[in-house]
Amino acid sequence: MDFELSEEQQLLKDMVGRFMQDRYDFEKRKKYMAEPGGFSEEIWAAYAEQGLLAVPFAEEDGGIGGGPVDLMIVMEEMGKALALEPYLSTVVIGGSILRTTATPAQRSALAEEIIGGACKLAFAHSEPKARYELAHVETKAAKSGDGYTLDGAKTLVMYGGVADKLIVSARVSGATTDEAGVGLFLVDPKADGVAIRDYPTQDGLRAAEVTLTGAAAELLGDTPDSMAAIRQASDEAIAALCAEAAGALGKSLDLTVQYIKDREQFGRAIGSFQGLQFQASEMFVELELARSMMMYGAMASRDADPVERSRAVSAAKVQLGRSAKQLGEKSIQLHGGVGMTMEYSIGHYFKRLSIIDRTFGDTDHHLAQLDAVGGMAA
Amino acid sequence: MDLEFTAEEKAFRDEVRTFIRENLPEGTRTRMKEGRGTSKQDMVDWMKILADKGWSAPRWPKEYGGPGWNAIQQYIFTEEIQLNHAPDPQGFNISMVGPVIYTFGNDAQKKKFLPSILDCSVWWCQGFSEPGAGSDLASLKTKAVREGDEYVVNGQKTWTTYAQHADWIFCLVRTNPDAPKKQMGISYLLIDMKTPGITVRPIQTIDGGVEVNEVFFDNVRVPVENLVGEENKGWDYAKFLLGNERIGIARVGASKAKLRRVKELAASVPQGEGSLMDDPRFRAKVWETEVELKALEMTQLRVLSDIAIRGGKKPHPASSVLKLKGSEIQQSITHLLMDVVGPYAIPRSMGVEGSNEPSVGPDWADAIAPGYFNYRKVSIYGGSSEVQKGIIAKAILGL
Repeated sequence: MDFELSEEQQLLKDMVGRFMQDRYDFEKRKKYMAEPGGFSEEIWAAYAEQGLLAVPFAEEDGGIGGGPVDLMIVMEEMGKALALEPYLSTVVIGGSILRTTATPAQRSALAEEIIGGACKLAFAHSEPKARYELAHVETKAAKSGDGYTLDGAKTLVMYGGVADKLIVSARVSGATTDEAGVGLFLVDPKADGVAIRDYPTQDGLRAAEVTLTGAAAELLGDTPDSMAAIRQASDEAIAALCAEAAGALGKSLDLTVQYIKDREQFGRAIGSFQGLQFQASEMFVELELARSMMMYGAMASRDADPVERSRAVSAAKVQLGRSAKQLGEKSIQLHGGVGMTMEYSIGHYFKRLSIIDRTFGDTDHHLAQLDAVGGMAA
Repeated sequence: MDLEFTAEEKAFRDEVRTFIRENLPEGTRTRMKEGRGTSKQDMVDWMKILADKGWSAPRWPKEYGGPGWNAIQQYIFTEEIQLNHAPDPQGFNISMVGPVIYTFGNDAQKKKFLPSILDCSVWWCQGFSEPGAGSDLASLKTKAVREGDEYVVNGQKTWTTYAQHADWIFCLVRTNPDAPKKQMGISYLLIDMKTPGITVRPIQTIDGGVEVNEVFFDNVRVPVENLVGEENKGWDYAKFLLGNERIGIARVGASKAKLRRVKELAASVPQGEGSLMDDPRFRAKVWETEVELKALEMTQLRVLSDIAIRGGKKPHPASSVLKLKGSEIQQSITHLLMDVVGPYAIPRSMGVEGSNEPSVGPDWADAIAPGYFNYRKVSIYGGSSEVQKGIIAKAILGL
């Protein structure tokens, strides 16, 4: 039992932390957000140069063979900076699906492009009626010559508007929520029959609605039966989001503590008032609990037993959701009026935290997931 | 980063578990499990069993009769004790006075006191708090005036846990009322409870039980040789203890055991066609508490990992949430038990003096409401939650 970072992991953390500090302050982030895709292509290229896009890929595919703790480290640092780039969909989710599902040929070809920065992925899985239910897939896949054609509608596809390739889930057989019969497909977003409506999200990122009408698709792997892989990818995404949230929570607390030290009212720093001190202490407690569960979630996210894996990841998401709400809301309250403004960074952290809670299942959804497996079974 | 204990650590856990299951007297186990508290005899018997095994003082070094365990072994032991409904080793002997004596006491004191502290054949209680000195402990007023080879002690202590059982009391007393800071005039004194001039008055708490007492000192004469360390340095010795409590203060094992009991009892409580466990609203509350407890456990393990690797000289920042969050969770579990017992929280049918009537409702029901009332204490004693928040604000956030 140990919670220490290895020497390499500490180096990775320092490297990403430094990179984010140099290249990603609040003013720069505003500029990146205003770029065409809603993020910085230059930063994406720099991630590639720094090796950040290679983290989870196997060495034989040109990656660095990192594990979930390495991704946790990267995501936590990105969370501190509110990084905009499609790292989660490309590297975390893409990395997971390539590992679990793709044929060796598909894997090495795509990994090379991703690692070099030439390919950004979006995961087109959620559907309008699915809410958070992963097995709810209505989109149909039909065999067509060597490939497939897809018909259906995908919603809330993060960075669907800028992706070079879409990973789309679609059903070849079975009823709408059956575990069996769901395949994962590669789709070219520019292909005929793919309509994309790109839009900003509340937290300043981008998402898209994707409509598929007889769109040509290439099956990932050999058989269209990938629900287990989708669940695995979702768990890894949740663990990574928990790390991003923990980073944002830590930064939110730092900003808030600094603010109440500096801000004077009634002739003294407002941080000298016990009413505010107690709230700041409560924020610290939420942060530490969130960090603990971030680590727990990351360590469990590649567990071979899918029930134990999802149990741990759901628990982490519940804690992060709770901490995000408690700490996030207090961070605005303690900033007072300035916390309400777009010009000041704290509100942007609060918004990102609130949206993370709604991504890949909210707190209630994950409590229901725990309920289905009999709780934490301690 | 790795959650698994090593093979040796797992073997150690199994050894501890087996020993507890084979040696803990059944009556004690049942009373602990049902939240009825233990008698003095329960504790003394259990301490004797542990002491014979060499395990009564999990944190003590070998030199003084402890097992010489490392931090991880100490944690595993504590967790197994609590998971298996065994009493923690008598805290005032083992966690409080013993370490002070072997760290700051002289050889004669070590020789005289440590053996009977270890097996609890002498029961110690703690004389710190006073009516006017609670969270602000350093403002204590009980004074000790030196007269020849004796101190003459006058004053009053309160909230003295199990003073009614105690053979000896370790006290903070004011030896220099003129010290420039109130922390500087305090000494650490060991006092035989049989000394003339000591009166113990029980305090009945809202649960109906008597755990705590007032202890009055009226010209109590204490030999000078019972002073620990130097005169007027007692505050430092007491503070040394506070920093000592980073393993186990969260009481994760105890909360796990109690939460298990919540589920067990809820499954036995009829509701509609099934049991309370079929009620999704109730279950959701249980799962939420389980997640909080898991987060606390992971936080405890982070702190433990830090102590195991760095020796714990500098406290891990997360250690400051352990008491605060640990008491919150202990309290929410006693409230869950109130939800489980439901209307049968109402009767106070057992333990009433002069009554031999059976319990009204399930036979476990009568202990639930008192347990809930009693556990309000956990966020008050040992540095109240407000004190904990103040410490976080000042020491960690720099406010």
